[in-house]
Amino acid sequence: MLNPLVTTRNFLLIICITLLAACSGGGTGETRVEQGTREGVLHFGNGTEIQGLDPHIVTGVPEHHVIQTLFEGLVLKNPYTLEIEPGIAERWDISDDGRFYRFYLRPDALWSNGDKITAEDFRWSWQRALMPALGNLYNYMLFPLVNAEAFATGAIEDFSQVGVRVIDEYTLEVELNEPTPYILQLFDHYSTFPVHRATIEAFGTASDRLSQWARVGNIVTSGAFELVEWGLNSHIRVEKRASYWDADKIQLNAIVFYPTENLTTEERMFRDGQLHRTEDLSLDKIPVYLRENPELIEIAPYIGTYYYMVNTIRAPFDDVRVRKALAMTVDRDLLAETVLQGIVAPAYAVVPPGTLGYNPPKTFGFDPAAARELLAEAGYPNGEGFPAFEILYNTQESHRKIAVAIQQMWNQHLGVEVSLINQEWKVYLTSQENFDYQIARRGWIGDYVDPNTFLDMFITDGGNNKTGFSDPLYDQIVLRDAPAAQDRDARYELFHQAETILLEQMPIIPIYTYQSKHLKHPSLKGMPANIMDYYNYKYVYLEAAE
Amino acid sequence: MWRFIGWRFAQSIPVILAVITITFFLVRLAPGGPFSSEKAVSPQVQAALEAQYNLDQSMPQQYISYLADLARGDFGPSFKFPGRSVNELIFSGLPITAELGFYAMLVAVFIGGLAGVIASLKPNTMQDYGPMGLAMVGICMPSFLLGPLLVLVFGIWLDWLPVSGWGSSSGDKILPSITLGAMYAGYIARLSRSGMLEVMSQDYLRTARAKGLPEYLVITKHALRGGLLPVITYLGPAFAGLLSGSFVVETVFQIPGLGRFYVQAAFNRDYTMILGTTTFLATLIIFFNLLSDVLAAWLNPRLRYQFKKKT
Repeated sequence: MLNPLVTTRNFLLIICITLLAACSGGGTGETRVEQGTREGVLHFGNGTEIQGLDPHIVTGVPEHHVIQTLFEGLVLKNPYTLEIEPGIAERWDISDDGRFYRFYLRPDALWSNGDKITAEDFRWSWQRALMPALGNLYNYMLFPLVNAEAFATGAIEDFSQVGVRVIDEYTLEVELNEPTPYILQLFDHYSTFPVHRATIEAFGTASDRLSQWARVGNIVTSGAFELVEWGLNSHIRVEKRASYWDADKIQLNAIVFYPTENLTTEERMFRDGQLHRTEDLSLDKIPVYLRENPELIEIAPYIGTYYYMVNTIRAPFDDVRVRKALAMTVDRDLLAETVLQGIVAPAYAVVPPGTLGYNPPKTFGFDPAAARELLAEAGYPNGEGFPAFEILYNTQESHRKIAVAIQQMWNQHLGVEVSLINQEWKVYLTSQENFDYQIARRGWIGDYVDPNTFLDMFITDGGNNKTGFSDPLYDQIVLRDAPAAQDRDARYELFHQAETILLEQMPIIPIYTYQSKHLKHPSLKGMPANIMDYYNYKYVYLEAAE
Repeated sequence: MWRFIGWRFAQSIPVILAVITITFFLVRLAPGGPFSSEKAVSPQVQAALEAQYNLDQSMPQQYISYLADLARGDFGPSFKFPGRSVNELIFSGLPITAELGFYAMLVAVFIGGLAGVIASLKPNTMQDYGPMGLAMVGICMPSFLLGPLLVLVFGIWLDWLPVSGWGSSSGDKILPSITLGAMYAGYIARLSRSGMLEVMSQDYLRTARAKGLPEYLVITKHALRGGLLPVITYLGPAFAGLLSGSFVVETVFQIPGLGRFYVQAAFNRDYTMILGTTTFLATLIIFFNLLSDVLAAWLNPRLRYQFKKKT
């Protein structure tokens, strides 16, 4: 009689051998990154899957990364200095009062189908971007133009009243409401990029969000690369476009973007030689990299602030002394060193320091004794009688860690009872929208490098001001005085005043300034860190390490 | 038999309708909409967006027009991905998820079945405890732990297999298939062990042995057929589970399958996408349950006999 185990054993052996044979092919040879470096193909970890490629519809950083390779606006930026460089406009004149810009487009700028890029393309594209029916979330980027906001809200229907005019085929004139010092930066934002009218109209109406025009094979683009492949949740491949006006400067042959929403997976892909660059890095990996491979990690200040927003409508937070006491008992240095792994800078104001030369006021510091006094003045000596309250945050490990630390600090220094509540992202947004919170975690990333992008949030009833804060003087400065300021110093002085008012009222408790965190392969060059986390692919190249 | 299939099929229609209706209203009751975002949306933009996706109509109107579209096989446009239809998204992810599910199933049946049979041959010895202990580990270990562990060992330390991807480099399908299949392998091991143990004590096996059949033939020819029956009934629901439950594995290994779309859709409040995938998966699950019932009937002579008597 045959022992059945004999056959089973043989069988298992065969399986093991087969598996080993299958595996042995996987690890040999060069990695994807090494091959990419040799062939000039950049493998780019891009966060999440992009929504789409229509510059007037999508929003988000991953979308921005891809769109930026496919489309170009009037101007570009230098990645080292963030100074404006010519894009499709080769030069421009600014009127003495700063309200009129005349752009001279380069005649050799071509669409990817060979058509010329003209001033009319810009005018039509901006009309589309502002069309009420399109529902462009970033339409406010064009609001500095005369009558743009009126057109976008439907108050006027005649686009010829909006401050953009075609002078001739290659000359475009822009008229602004006020001299807006950051306007050129906005012309490097994808919501102001031109799109190809004939292509859009071939696939539907100008305001159709369901159109197929921005798909592989259909899309016509203006930038240095063209769209070649787009596998949903898999990858997007763009390749260098020979007909781009500055193609000689482009050293990369292709870029492949990977959706990498899971940070752990992204880090593993990097370690396995599949990515040149990661979009982010989880906090717990930072000390490991700093210790073992500091040359692979790049951490730089980012134009964003992490803060706690206070619902100033509800007692006891309607008392400014309470808000100040809370702000003064967050030990930001300790928080930055421990929970945040020593990579962030503590924030005492909402505008990040060094925003193009602006330095925010510092009106308070960590001072538990003074905070206790303030709380006692407000009627809660040693926290007695202070109602228990909640910190609301959206479900994420790092937010939880920070909230736990702050909960401890407030309890220790003020004797108040704090509990934590986490909500899924959209629920959390709804709670804030309805003022259904006491203290909530919040972050804000600037749209452009200027204090205005942070300070105009807190105007009375501003869409992003969910704190109930309202101050007529603050509104006056941010909405009227600062835009009319004659020079940068005067303007920054006004912003300084406004921010001081904000911090005296403390509707928000600033915590830290954001940092961009990436892993970068040593072969990736010309992608310097800057506060916008901005790349200009004319500077990027791949060079094998020696 | 056909009447049985027809009856089960008819039963499934109200179930699917109920799934659609409940999902339709539940997603709309969830706080936050598809267009709520960190940045404030102006009322004009909000209105324009709602108009583009018919959200400006009343809820019953939306429901009726959704059902009308669905009757034509149209799941509607995705809210999150402008210019893409839900049909397109489902059919871009489905083949990949199905392939992953198929390989995971192979892993589960092969490893699980083998372990169960080996264990059943010498119950309550080390030959039993070993595979069953492993099976228990397989059942208990969540894929978000097993996946990264396998990647660490085989992808990073040994560098035998790629850490992520699907079909982009050789061997990248092995680790995800094992990760997804492991839990099911554990169940199948336990099912096949108990099935085999039950069959081994049956009279017809004693008869087979008594007439001098070699042991391996007794097992492969006679015992396996009856012993693996519980496994067959389990396969239908298991495959449906593999299709709808592959989200974690797809995320860990960067696989562009349906599971990722499904979960992302819920977070994005992509109403049509949530509805589309839920309806689609519900239909699949019902179909696979039906299929496994039919298979079980076909494999089991006693069940077959019962049907014959009825019809």
